[in-house]
Amino acid sequence: MGDEKLNNQIAEYALRLGDDALVFGQRLCEWCADAPTLEEDIAISNVGLDYLGRARMALQYAGKTLGRTEDELAFLRDSGEFRNLLLVELPRGDFAFSMVRQYLLDEFELLFFAQLCKSKDDTLGAIAAKTVKEVRYHQRRSANWMQRLGLGTQESQARTQAAIDQLWGYMPELFEMDELEASLLQAGIAVDRVELHSKWLDIVSAQFASANLQVPESDWQVVGGRKGVHTEHLGHMLGEMQFLQRAYPGLEW
Amino acid sequence: MLSAASNCIELMPQARFEMNQRRAQSNAAHLWDLLDAVTDPEIPVMSIWELGVLQDVCITHNQGSQAVTVVITPTYSGCPALSVMSQDIISALAKAGYENVCVEIRLAPAWTTDWLSGATKNKLRNYGIAPPDSTTCPQCGSECTKLISEFASTACKSLYRCLACQEPFDHFKSI
Repeated sequence: MGDEKLNNQIAEYALRLGDDALVFGQRLCEWCADAPTLEEDIAISNVGLDYLGRARMALQYAGKTLGRTEDELAFLRDSGEFRNLLLVELPRGDFAFSMVRQYLLDEFELLFFAQLCKSKDDTLGAIAAKTVKEVRYHQRRSANWMQRLGLGTQESQARTQAAIDQLWGYMPELFEMDELEASLLQAGIAVDRVELHSKWLDIVSAQFASANLQVPESDWQVVGGRKGVHTEHLGHMLGEMQFLQRAYPGLEW
Repeated sequence: MLSAASNCIELMPQARFEMNQRRAQSNAAHLWDLLDAVTDPEIPVMSIWELGVLQDVCITHNQGSQAVTVVITPTYSGCPALSVMSQDIISALAKAGYENVCVEIRLAPAWTTDWLSGATKNKLRNYGIAPPDSTTCPQCGSECTKLISEFASTACKSLYRCLACQEPFDHFKSI
C-alpha cells in the first residue's frame, strides 16, 4: 500500500474518532446549568470537556493530512460530511437516557481504547493512551448511576429501562467494520470492533442484571453514521454548534 | 534501622527519571530555572515542572539568532489550563529577553500523577488538596472521609467530605 493512500485512510479513521468525540461532547455540554444536581452538572460538563479534548487531538491529526484546521473541520462541515456514530448524535433525552448512553459507550470505549493503545500508528496510540485513563473514571461514575437508577424508585427504574430499549438498536454500529477499518486493522493500526462485542455484552449484561435492568431482546438496528447518513437530529445540533462561525466567518475569541 | 523519611530513597517512574535527566543534562539550565516560576493556573503552589507538564527545553542557534523550543504535555486531554500555561511560558521567557519561543505539545508518554514527587504531594496537601494517593482530610488529618463526586472544581480533582471535621475538600485524582 502506498504511503499516501495509507495516510489518507489514517486521516479518515482519526476523523471518525474525532467526530464521535466532538458530537458527543457537544451533547454532554447541553446539560450545563440544566443537570439535576450541582455535582452532576459539574460532572457532565467535565466529561464533556474530556471528549472535547479528545476531539481536538483527533481532528488536529486528521486535519494535517486533510489540509484543514480542527476549527474548519468542526465548524465548516455540513452534517453529510460528519462521520460520527448515530448513537452520539441523539438528543440528550432525560437524565436516565443520557446516563444509559454514557454507560453503554464507556464500557465500549474501555475495550476499544485499550486495544488502540497498541496501534502501530504512534499518534493514534498516544491519543488512546490518554483517553483510556479518562474513560476509566467516566465508567466508574456511569456504572454507579446504573445501580442507583435501576435500584432506585419505580420511576427511575422504568425510565432507565425505557432508555436501554430506545438505545439498543444503535449499539450494533459500534461493532461494525467496513473496508477502511478492515484494511487498517490488517496494517496493525485500527481496532477489530467485531471482536469486542461478546466481551462488551457480557459486561453490560452483568451490570444490568445486578441493577434490576434487562438486556432487550429486540433485533432492530440502524447504521449509517460512518457514511454520513445521519438522523435528523445532527443537523439541528450543528445549527447551534456552528452558528457563530456560520454567521461571522473567521470569528476568533 | 532507617525509618525517617529523609533516609529513604524515593522510587520514581522511568518517564520522570528521564525528564529529570533531560533537565540535568540540558544546555539551557537557566531556562528551566526561569520556567520554575510558571505554575499551574489553578493550583498556583505547583510549578509546571513539578506537575510534570514541562517535558523539555532546548535552545537552537541558527546564523546568529537563537530559538527556544519548550515541550509540554497535557494533563487531561481537555484541560483548558494548557493554553494558559503555553502563554505563561512565552511571557516568562519574553521577560528574560527570549522572543523566539515555540511551545510544542507532545502526547506521549501520557501524563500520569505518578510523576508528582513526595515533596510536590506535600505542597498539595498543605494547599488544602488531598494528593493522588491519599484521601486523608488535608484540613484535620482524619482518614474518615467520603467521596461526594468524581468531579470537582476542575477535571483533575474529585470532591470529598471529611466525616470528622465535616469540611469538603478536593482530591487530586490518580490517573
